[in-house]
Amino acid sequence: MSAAPHKDYQGAKIGMWLFLFTELMLFGGLFVLYAGSRALHPEEFHNASRELNMFLGVANTAILLTSSLFAAAAVTAIQRGSKKLALWLVGLTIACGAAFLANKAVEWSQKFHHGIYPNGPALAHSPPGEAVFFGLYFIMTGLHGLHILAGTILFGVMFVLLARGRIRADDHVLLENSGLYWHLVDVIWIFLLPLFYLAA
Amino acid sequence: MMGQEQGHIIPYRTLLTVWAALLALTGLLVIASRLSLGAAVWTMLTLTPVKAGLVFYFFMHLKYERPLLKLMVFVALSTLVTFIGMLFLDISFRP
Amino acid sequence: MSYLDRQGRGGLWSWITSTDHKRIGVLYLCVMTLLFWAGVSLGVVMRLKHLVAGDFFVSAQTYNALFTVHGVIMIFMFVIPGLPAVFGNFFMPILIGARDVAFPRLNLLSWYCFVTGAGLALLSLFAGHGAPDTGWTFYVPFSIRTGTNVSLAVFAAFVLGMSSILTGLNFITTIHRLRAPGMTWHRMPLFVWAIYSTAWIQVLVTPIIGITLVLVILERFFNVGIFDPSKGGDPLLYQHMFWIYSHPAVYIMIVPAMGAVTEIIPTFARKSIFGYKAIAYSSIAIAAFGSVVWAHHMFTSGISDTAGFVFSLLTFIVAVPSAIKVFNWTATLYKGSIEMAPAMLFALTFVFLFAVGGLTGIIQGALGINVHLHDTYWIVGHFHYVMFGGTGFAFFAALLYWFPKMFGRMYDPKPAYAAWLLMFTGFNLLYFTFLVMGAQGMPRRYYAHLPQFHTGHLIATGGSWLLVAGLMVLFGNLIVALRKGRKAEANPWGGITLEWRIPSPPPTENFAEIPVITTGPYVFNPTRPG
Repeated sequence: MSAAPHKDYQGAKIGMWLFLFTELMLFGGLFVLYAGSRALHPEEFHNASRELNMFLGVANTAILLTSSLFAAAAVTAIQRGSKKLALWLVGLTIACGAAFLANKAVEWSQKFHHGIYPNGPALAHSPPGEAVFFGLYFIMTGLHGLHILAGTILFGVMFVLLARGRIRADDHVLLENSGLYWHLVDVIWIFLLPLFYLAA
Repeated sequence: MMGQEQGHIIPYRTLLTVWAALLALTGLLVIASRLSLGAAVWTMLTLTPVKAGLVFYFFMHLKYERPLLKLMVFVALSTLVTFIGMLFLDISFRP
Repeated sequence: MSYLDRQGRGGLWSWITSTDHKRIGVLYLCVMTLLFWAGVSLGVVMRLKHLVAGDFFVSAQTYNALFTVHGVIMIFMFVIPGLPAVFGNFFMPILIGARDVAFPRLNLLSWYCFVTGAGLALLSLFAGHGAPDTGWTFYVPFSIRTGTNVSLAVFAAFVLGMSSILTGLNFITTIHRLRAPGMTWHRMPLFVWAIYSTAWIQVLVTPIIGITLVLVILERFFNVGIFDPSKGGDPLLYQHMFWIYSHPAVYIMIVPAMGAVTEIIPTFARKSIFGYKAIAYSSIAIAAFGSVVWAHHMFTSGISDTAGFVFSLLTFIVAVPSAIKVFNWTATLYKGSIEMAPAMLFALTFVFLFAVGGLTGIIQGALGINVHLHDTYWIVGHFHYVMFGGTGFAFFAALLYWFPKMFGRMYDPKPAYAAWLLMFTGFNLLYFTFLVMGAQGMPRRYYAHLPQFHTGHLIATGGSWLLVAGLMVLFGNLIVALRKGRKAEANPWGGITLEWRIPSPPPTENFAEIPVITTGPYVFNPTRPG
């Protein structure tokens, strides 16, 4: 056997999935907290959810689901050697990420404008459970947004690597693994949507 | 070991079908949430995992992976579900 | 050329930029030794305070900081990373016939995270608003309201958690992908099974303490209110999230220790381990069951009776796989040819001290008794028996066992025996007394103590001095050996796992040729010379 193991595709994949498990459990801790908090304040969570902009939430869902399509298709494209198509698809994924973040910024600023933020005026007058709902809302969507940002940047790097030929038909595990990351962040959002926006 | 299983390619058609299904399921969720609390909760508990499953299975290629990887994913998800479940031994039974 | 020889331009730089798993293991050992002694010193100071029942030597505020930082250092920087980071890193690849781990650069990053986290934790001792005073458990609401450096300390723990996660990820991938030809799962040494089980716990539960600590920081800065009852939060949810990690964390601490002992005992009994599969799968069982007992830390916090009942039952069950190991180690000794080398003595002491700790765990796992024992010195005695008598002694056993291989030098066994005597005596004087005092009602984390506990405190403090003296002899002897020990041969103990087939110290590439494995790991040939 050679001194440095040349490239272990399965190993790289296993390593990436293990990392994804840590992300799953990181958000998982927050889901544990949400579950417990909601069970203690079912009414308040139900009512507070009405304050959220369901339209923006659903729009963001559509954006992320589509971005996952693009990210997955990009892998298919490079596997088939269609470098240009792969570049386009990676670019579209990045665009979707940016759109998601823009949406989120709009959403959050709407909330701030209405005084809905931790220790903000609106929450000072609402029943206690609602403060927890919005606290969890900002923390969970905030952490998620950070992950979208990281993923968008990651795909930016993938774009460059694709353009330079570092990611190719016969060696594209980096793009696949980036896709895996992106899809997991999408899955997190799939759960966040009903928990926050559809609870009303 | 290199290059051997980089082989399996998911066709665009499959990806598009999954994407359409995901959007449709999302639509169902939204509609159900407008109907009643019961419908909302029930669809959330069933359809949301289905959506997540579609992303895992197809977009994340899990359907075509070795059993070992599927087992690992199962262990990770079960761990989280177990934590939430056991938490409710406390929360649900408080006086 | 051994891994210790000068590489490139040599010097410290070549060490701290090395991706060689052996060098990284040694780097962990060096930093951890310093941190361990820092933690020991804090413990010694606490014990000195209790020579007097009231105000003495340190203020009450300082005392709170002492037990907090003692816990943070010992738990997050020594007991949790200890065996995996030092011996897992150094030996796991060799034991499976590999040249390194799956992701060597990630391995180095793990070490950088470790050093960074440790640095931040030490900084929290001195910076700004004073060392944290909440206990290593950082319970809300005090951790949110106290003015001390809690944010810095929990951030340090967060970074240390990242080190643990990346190590676990690396080890799982390595064991799946880099085993030598012919090394099936059932031919792996049992230390590797232990490291594997531990790695899964590291990967799956550490993120939960990560997010919990982030929440504490967010609460301190933004007062979001998720644990604040006046805003609808529940402080018990903090405890749940904290212990969902911190209980499995104790299995991160003990399973590798059991694995190391499982390597040592067959070698010095010259007999194959009894019940290979039972030991292998009990490691997995401990990891699994150990993940569902966390609320036994919360019996008196206000959880439901139903939860109390279930978690207590599961706590009894989780003792079973550990007990299976104890039976198997004992059975291994039966009709073995026992050589009481220092490593073996420490390993067998592990079995005894861990058994005491484990049994006290069963006792306090009973709901009614727990009401009386919770937050007393009994608990402190219990966890020191398992974490120090258990993991600590196993760490020292592993060090004594593998030292010749790692550094190519033999140490004088006589000081090691002397160290053992001092340590064993001091340890039990200290911690058995704690068990008694706790049952009599001495609360933990209390600065002052009532007169009825004074004798106990004096005995315990005396024990702590013997213990520390023993530790000094142990470490001092090894440090002397580094410089003056006679050169070690490849196989000084007559071991038969793969690390004993390569030179002491090992070459950088571990193996000239990757071996092909044809048997299980503990096939002893009685005529083979030791």
